[in-house]
Amino acid sequence: MYRIVKKRELAENVDEFVIEAPEIAQKAKPGQFVIIRISKKGERIPLTIAEKDPEFGTITLMVQRVGKTTFHLSCFEEEHIIPDVVGPLGKPTHIEKWGHVVCIGGGLGLAPIHHIAQGVKEAGNEITTIMGFRRKDLVFWEDKMKLLSDKVIVTTNDGSYGMKGLVTDALQKLIDDGVKIDMVITAGPVPMMKAVAELTKKYEIPTVASLNPIMVDGTGMCGACRVTVDGEVKFACVDGPEFDAHKVDFDELINRLNMFKTLEAEALKMFQKKHCGCGKE
Amino acid sequence: MGKKEIKKERIPVPERPAEERIKDFKEVKLGYTPELAIEEAKRCIQCPTAPCVEGCPVRVPIPQFIKLIAEGKFVEAARKIKEENILPSICGRVCPQEDQCEKVCVIGKIGQPVNIGGLEAFAGDYEARMGSEKIEKAEPTGKKVAIVGSGPGGITCAVDLAKLGHSVTIFEALHEPGGVLIYGIPEFRLPNEIVHRELEALKELGVEIKLNCVIGKTKTLEELRREFDAVFIASGAGLPYMLNIEGLNLNGVYSANEFLTRVNLMGAYRFPEYDTPVFAGKRLAVIGGGNTAMDVARTAKRLKGVEEVYIIYRRSEKEMPARVEEIHHAKEEGVIFKTLTNPVKFIGENGWLKGIECVRMELSEPDESGRRRPVPIEGSNFVIDVETVVLAIGQGPNPIVMEGVEGLEIGKWGQIIVDPETCQTSLEGVFAGGDVIHGGSTVIQAMGDARKAAAAIHEYLLEK
Ligand SMILES: Cc1cc2nc3c(=O)[nH]c(=O)nc-3n(C[C@H](O)[C@H](O)[C@H](O)COP(=O)(O)OP(=O)(O)OC[C@H]3O[C@@H](n4cnc5c(N)ncnc54)[C@H](O)[C@@H]3O)c2cc1C
Ligand SMILES: Cc1cc2nc3c(=O)[nH]c(=O)nc-3n(C[C@H](O)[C@H](O)[C@H](O)COP(=O)(O)OP(=O)(O)OC[C@H]3O[C@@H](n4cnc5c(N)ncnc54)[C@H](O)[C@@H]3O)c2cc1C
Ligand code: SF4
Ligand code: SF4
Ligand code: FES
Ligand SMILES: [Mg+2]
Repeated sequence: MYRIVKKRELAENVDEFVIEAPEIAQKAKPGQFVIIRISKKGERIPLTIAEKDPEFGTITLMVQRVGKTTFHLSCFEEEHIIPDVVGPLGKPTHIEKWGHVVCIGGGLGLAPIHHIAQGVKEAGNEITTIMGFRRKDLVFWEDKMKLLSDKVIVTTNDGSYGMKGLVTDALQKLIDDGVKIDMVITAGPVPMMKAVAELTKKYEIPTVASLNPIMVDGTGMCGACRVTVDGEVKFACVDGPEFDAHKVDFDELINRLNMFKTLEAEALKMFQKKHCGCGKE
Repeated sequence: MGKKEIKKERIPVPERPAEERIKDFKEVKLGYTPELAIEEAKRCIQCPTAPCVEGCPVRVPIPQFIKLIAEGKFVEAARKIKEENILPSICGRVCPQEDQCEKVCVIGKIGQPVNIGGLEAFAGDYEARMGSEKIEKAEPTGKKVAIVGSGPGGITCAVDLAKLGHSVTIFEALHEPGGVLIYGIPEFRLPNEIVHRELEALKELGVEIKLNCVIGKTKTLEELRREFDAVFIASGAGLPYMLNIEGLNLNGVYSANEFLTRVNLMGAYRFPEYDTPVFAGKRLAVIGGGNTAMDVARTAKRLKGVEEVYIIYRRSEKEMPARVEEIHHAKEEGVIFKTLTNPVKFIGENGWLKGIECVRMELSEPDESGRRRPVPIEGSNFVIDVETVVLAIGQGPNPIVMEGVEGLEIGKWGQIIVDPETCQTSLEGVFAGGDVIHGGSTVIQAMGDARKAAAAIHEYLLEK
C-alpha cells in the first residue's frame, strides 16, 4: 500500500508524487488533504490531494521541499512504499454554480487550486486562473490549469515569464478592466492569501482561502490546527481547511506557523549533515 | 484464616527514586518481586463476601487470584484474572483502584487495603514472561464484525468476539493501535511494550487491524454496516475542550492531547532523532486537576530544558479528580501545585506566551454535584510567568465517526446513546462503548462496556 507509482521534479525544490491509495482516491473530493508519515521515526505532515484517479487508485501530491520531512521525502523514488497515508481529511470545498470564478494559486497553492478548479468547472462555472511564481523556472502545471480554465494568467515577481508582479496585481487588473467576478478561491503562502483577501474585501467579492496551519492528527483530536475565523476558534482539519477569507485572522496564522521554527531548523540541519545518500542537497 | 495478625501496612511496590526517574521515560514502578507479591497476597483475609469484587467494574475474582499468588501459583493467578479481565498488566497499573476494588477492601478499614492493582499487574507481567497460553477459538461462524477504534474498548470487544469464532476487523484512525493507552498515558506509567504485547495476542486470534482509516472519512459508518454483520464503536473521547479566554491561540498554548501525542505517540522527547518537535520552554503550566493533567505535568518534567512545572487548579487538592498516587508521584517529581487558582487570560508578547494571569479562588457552598463551587476572590489577580501552557480540562467524543450518519441517537455533549444493558445504539447492528458513550471515563469501564457489547453482538449475530 501507498506505493510511489510515479515521481518527477516539477520545478526547483518541488516534487510531484503519484501514490497508490485506492480507498482515498475513491473518496477524495476537491479541497481535501492527506496526512503522511514517511518513516518509523517520522512526523505526520498534511499534503493536499492535487489530483486523484479513482480508476487506477492513485492520488497526486505536490510537495515543496522546505524542511526535514519534505527533503527526506524527495529522496524517495518510484516503487518506494510510504508507510502511512491517511485521508481524505478536511471538508470538501463547497461548490456552487456561481458564474465566473477566479482561482488564485501561489506556488504550492496550486495543489488545492487544481483539484478545486476541477470541481468548480464540473459545476459549470467559468474559470479564470491566476498562478503566481517567483521566477520563470519555478512555473509548473500551467498546461494542466489551461485545460481546466477559460483563461490562465501567470505572474512572476521578476517578470521573467507572463505578467510581471504579484497575483494581486493580476486580480486588480481584472477588476479594473470591469470583469465581473462572482467568487474568488485562493491558496498559497499566507501573506499572499491575506493580500488577496484584503483586495477582494474592498470590492466585496466573496472569497474562500484554503488554510495550512500546523497539524498533527488531522481528525480534530489535538487542536494544533486552531485558527480564528470571525472571532471564533476553529480546527482547520475538520472545520476547514477552507474558510471565508474575509473573516480569517491571517496574522495569527502566520505567527502560529512559526511555533516550531527553531526546532525545525535544527532537524533540517541534522538531516542534511548525515543525509540519506541520495545525492540531493 | 483465623487469628493470624493482619499487617496493617501494605508491602510497598519498589519504585525508582524521583531524582533518577525524571531523567527518562522508563517505568516509575519496578513492580513486586515474587517474594514481595506473596507477602502482600498474604494480607488478604479471603473474605467470603469479597466486597472488593463488587468494587471492580468487571468483577475480577479477586480473592481467588490473590490466593493463587499467595500459593506461588502466579501463572494460574493471571489466568484466573483473565477470566474476567484480559488486560491485567494494564489495569493493574492504571485502574483507579482506590475508588474501585481497593476502596471497599475490608483491610482498608483497619489499615491500608490490599494492593489489588499491584498484585494484578504482577500476575499479568509474570504470565507474559512465561509466554502466554494459546487462546482457544471457536469454529468460524462466518459472521463479520467491524470495530471502530483500537483503544481498550476496541481491543476487548475484538478478543471476545474473535474467541467466539467471528471474523473481526478493527479500524483505527492513527498510524498506531492502542488508543489512549499509546498516545495519552505516558510510558513511565504504562510502557508501550505492554500494550504491544496485548495487541500481539489480538493478531494471534486473527483479528485484522486496519490502521490509517478514519471512519467518517476514509470509510463511512454506513459502509461498515453494509460490509459487516455488526459494528462496535469504541472511538473514545478525543475532542479536547479549549479554555475560551484571551490568548488561547498564542504560540506556546497546547491542548493536553497535542502535547501528549507529540511526546508519547510521535516520540518528540527523542527529537531530533524522531522528527516531531515539541516546544516546552523553561516553565510550563498545566491547567486541570485530573489524570491527564498529572500525566502532562510529569511528562513535561522529563523534557530537556524544562525547569519548572506548575499545576493550576481552581479547587483545592482534595477535590482533584486525579488518582491520589498520581498526585503523590507528581509532587515527588517536583511539580508545583497552584490550587484554588484559575486562569483568566494568557498574556503574550509578539505572539508568544509569556505568562498567565490568574485569580485566586475560594470554595463556597457545595453545588448540585456535591462539590464545593470555587468562586474568584476579587482583586486577587496575579501573573505566573511561563513559556508554555497545556490545557487539560477535559474532552468529549469526536463527532467525525458520525459524519453523514442518520438515525444515530446522540446526547447533549456528543456522546452516543446506548441501551445500558446491551450497549446497542439506536441503529440496528451498531453497538458502542467506552469513552464515546461516557465522555471521559476509565480503561476498565471501556473494557466492561466492550464485554457487555461483545455478548450482545454475539447474541444478535446468532439470531440474525
Ligand atoms: C491542509 C494542508 C495542506 C497542505 N498541502 C501542501 C501541499 O500540497 N504541498 C506542500 O508542499 N505543502 C503542503 N502543506 C504544508 C506542508 O504540510 C508543510 O510544508 C510540511 O509539513 C513541512 O514539513 P517539513 O518537515 O519539510 O518542514 P519543517 O521545517 O518542519 O517546517 C517548515 C514549515 O512548514 C510548516 N509545518 C511544519 N510542520 C507542519 C505540520 N505538521 N503541518 C503543517 N505545517 C507544518 C511550518 O510553517 C514550518 O515552519 C499543507 C499544509 C496543510 C495544513
Ligand atoms: C492522558 C490520559 C490519562 C488517563 N489515565 C487513565 C488512568 O490512569 N486510568 C484509567 O482507567 N483511565 C485513564 N484515562 C482514561 C482512559 O484512557 C479512557 O477512558 C480509555 O482509554 C477509553 O477507552 P476507549 O477504548 O473508549 O477509547 P480510546 O482509548 O480513546 O481509543 C479510541 C481509539 O479510536 C480511534 N478513533 C477515534 N475516532 C475514530 C474514527 N472515526 N475512525 C477510526 N478510529 C477512530 C482513536 O484514534 C483511538 O485510537 C486517561 C486518559 C487520558 C487522556
Ligand atoms: S480490573 Fe481494576 S478495579 Fe478490577 S480488580 Fe483489577 S485493578 Fe481492581
Ligand atoms: S476485601 Fe480485601 S481482604 Fe477481603 S477478599 Fe477482597 S482483597 Fe481480600
Ligand atoms: S490537526 Fe489535530 S485537531 Fe486538527
Ligand atoms: Mg518538520
